[in-house]
Amino acid sequence: MGRFLVRRLLGMVAVLFAVSVLAFLIFNVIPSSDPAQRMAGRNATPQLVAAITAEWGFDDAPPQQYLTMMGNILSGDVVSYANRENVDDRIVEGIPATFSLCAGAAVLWLAFGILFGYLSAVRAGGWLDKTLTVVAVTGISIPVFWLAALLLNYLAYQTGLFPSGGYIGLTEEPLEWAYHLLLPWVTLAVLQIGFYSRVLRSNMLDAMDEDYVRTARAKGLSERRVMTRHVLRNSLVPIVTLFGLDIGVLLGGAILIEAIFNLNGIGQYAFESLKGLDLPPIMAIVLFGAFFVVLFNALADVAYAFLDPRVKLESGAR
Amino acid sequence: MDEGSQPSAAGTAQGGAGPWSVALRRLRRNRLALASLALFGLIVLLSLVAPLWAVHVAHTGPNTTHTLAKVVVNGEKREVVDPTGKPTGPLWLGAGGRFLLGADGSLGRDEMVRLMYGGRASLFIGLIAALLTTSMGAVLGLLAGYFRGWPDTLISRTLDVIWAFPVLLLAIALGLVLAVGGLQIGPVTIPSGSIWIPIMVISVVFVTYTARPLRGEVLSLREKEFVEAAVAQGAGSVRVMFRELLPNLWSTIIVFFTINVANSMLLESALSFLGVGVQPPDASWGTMIASGSNLIKSAPLLTILPGAMILLTVLSLNVLGDALRDALDPRSKLRLEVHAGLAEPEGTPV
Repeated sequence: MGRFLVRRLLGMVAVLFAVSVLAFLIFNVIPSSDPAQRMAGRNATPQLVAAITAEWGFDDAPPQQYLTMMGNILSGDVVSYANRENVDDRIVEGIPATFSLCAGAAVLWLAFGILFGYLSAVRAGGWLDKTLTVVAVTGISIPVFWLAALLLNYLAYQTGLFPSGGYIGLTEEPLEWAYHLLLPWVTLAVLQIGFYSRVLRSNMLDAMDEDYVRTARAKGLSERRVMTRHVLRNSLVPIVTLFGLDIGVLLGGAILIEAIFNLNGIGQYAFESLKGLDLPPIMAIVLFGAFFVVLFNALADVAYAFLDPRVKLESGAR
Repeated sequence: MDEGSQPSAAGTAQGGAGPWSVALRRLRRNRLALASLALFGLIVLLSLVAPLWAVHVAHTGPNTTHTLAKVVVNGEKREVVDPTGKPTGPLWLGAGGRFLLGADGSLGRDEMVRLMYGGRASLFIGLIAALLTTSMGAVLGLLAGYFRGWPDTLISRTLDVIWAFPVLLLAIALGLVLAVGGLQIGPVTIPSGSIWIPIMVISVVFVTYTARPLRGEVLSLREKEFVEAAVAQGAGSVRVMFRELLPNLWSTIIVFFTINVANSMLLESALSFLGVGVQPPDASWGTMIASGSNLIKSAPLLTILPGAMILLTVLSLNVLGDALRDALDPRSKLRLEVHAGLAEPEGTPV
């Protein structure tokens, strides 16, 4: 266990390092406009551009620039090229909105994904299964920003049933918090419910062929008990891994949904920075997002081993 | 890449006839899959005939503006765009097919023509990106799984990095930088604004999701007797990979390709919506949603239509992918029969 953790931790650091280098390279090696030129504005004198270049170290060798930026990000001193705002502070400000979005949506999609998947598998081939399959595959196929725009138009602008975006802190007004987040939660969950219910259905159908299910039935357990205690329980294990991956990705910001519902979270900050080709926040957000991807992936592996005693962590391989 | 060797590998696989004809028969029994195939075919056809429609029916191009034009509807002249900038709604066949679905905004472009041309762009990007993703994924998976050792380490770790990079963030970053500067690879220059930029971005971003599972499959396949037999007969690595292993991967690859087309189209629409995919004034379903959503309060149809087209296309591909997975999986016999509502093999719980 200890050796596994150490190896895993080193692997995580290595991946994060590579991700940050990749992000840096994308914006430095591939030709795009000079950041000093952008900061100086359209009618800048060459002197001003030169001064900015010198001040921000844009003429340093790329590896030096990379090290300076990483040092600043990790020490919390990194500032935006666009408005000199502290990037780390701005990310911390975005955390409540992004995390609230993820947490609420995750509750919805796990509850309904598992319910739909279970019903689908138990009634495989029946009309309920077919209906739920259509619902699930439709959910997977919807462009999420399109759904968001339509919900916003019909349930907020046209009818005024819901607020048209924005984020209210949980501690300020808990009811308003949920009210403002309900549409974003549903939008995000629709896609995932489809996905999770499909995966669970398929896992359960596979599990139904296993010997232990036959044994459970032979013991005289009721059908419901066989399904919930044996089939469902074993089929949930892969869902845990999936959930780890998804939540890891989403904690780094749900760009489309945050932008459309104006939640002012990390995803929206990422999109604004990308539009402005503002490298420091992009690097910081990429690192932040990748950190959660890697972390939750590792947690999922640990959970997997915990839930399925046959998996040995020491082997390390995934 | 190795396109040349793939058809021949498929040829040998089909020579056995067994599994493929079984799969085809299963697919033919699946009515939902056939309906999806028909729907997808219809959408492709609609996109293919776009130039015919534009020239012979609508008498306008996808990017032609009609800001000040008037159109005769049932004998009465009407403005395409009224003085407040509001575009006309659907005229159906009132103007002989012109502005069938109305105009697309203050520029007064023909929505139906743009929808058809947008479909060409979206489908083209989806298909080519999926082709690139799937073939790159297959080659990387084969190399990593077959050679193991350092090639595997190199490929797998590189894929890990792309995979840890948040997908949309990576795609937007690449799309944005390339949209600003264009790209030069050796003698080939891709100008900014080219449709090949979203294609490249999408195929790079999705490779890892195809290559990883294929690598896993190769790892287990290469331990099988038939590989040992081929090696004993003196087959080289390339031959084993592409003539022995690849035919066994085809069913997985076909399923992945279908799902990849669906996902590529979704990512294209998101990138175009955010302004880093297909560049205006060119139409794709994503750019059409982006421009339509500005008018969503007064003309919701301009948002609904292109989104519905994406939904229908992706839905048909996803259903098809699911059906192919069931049809091509030799173990899924039982599941398929349960699906089709046929008599159940004894002991199957339902």
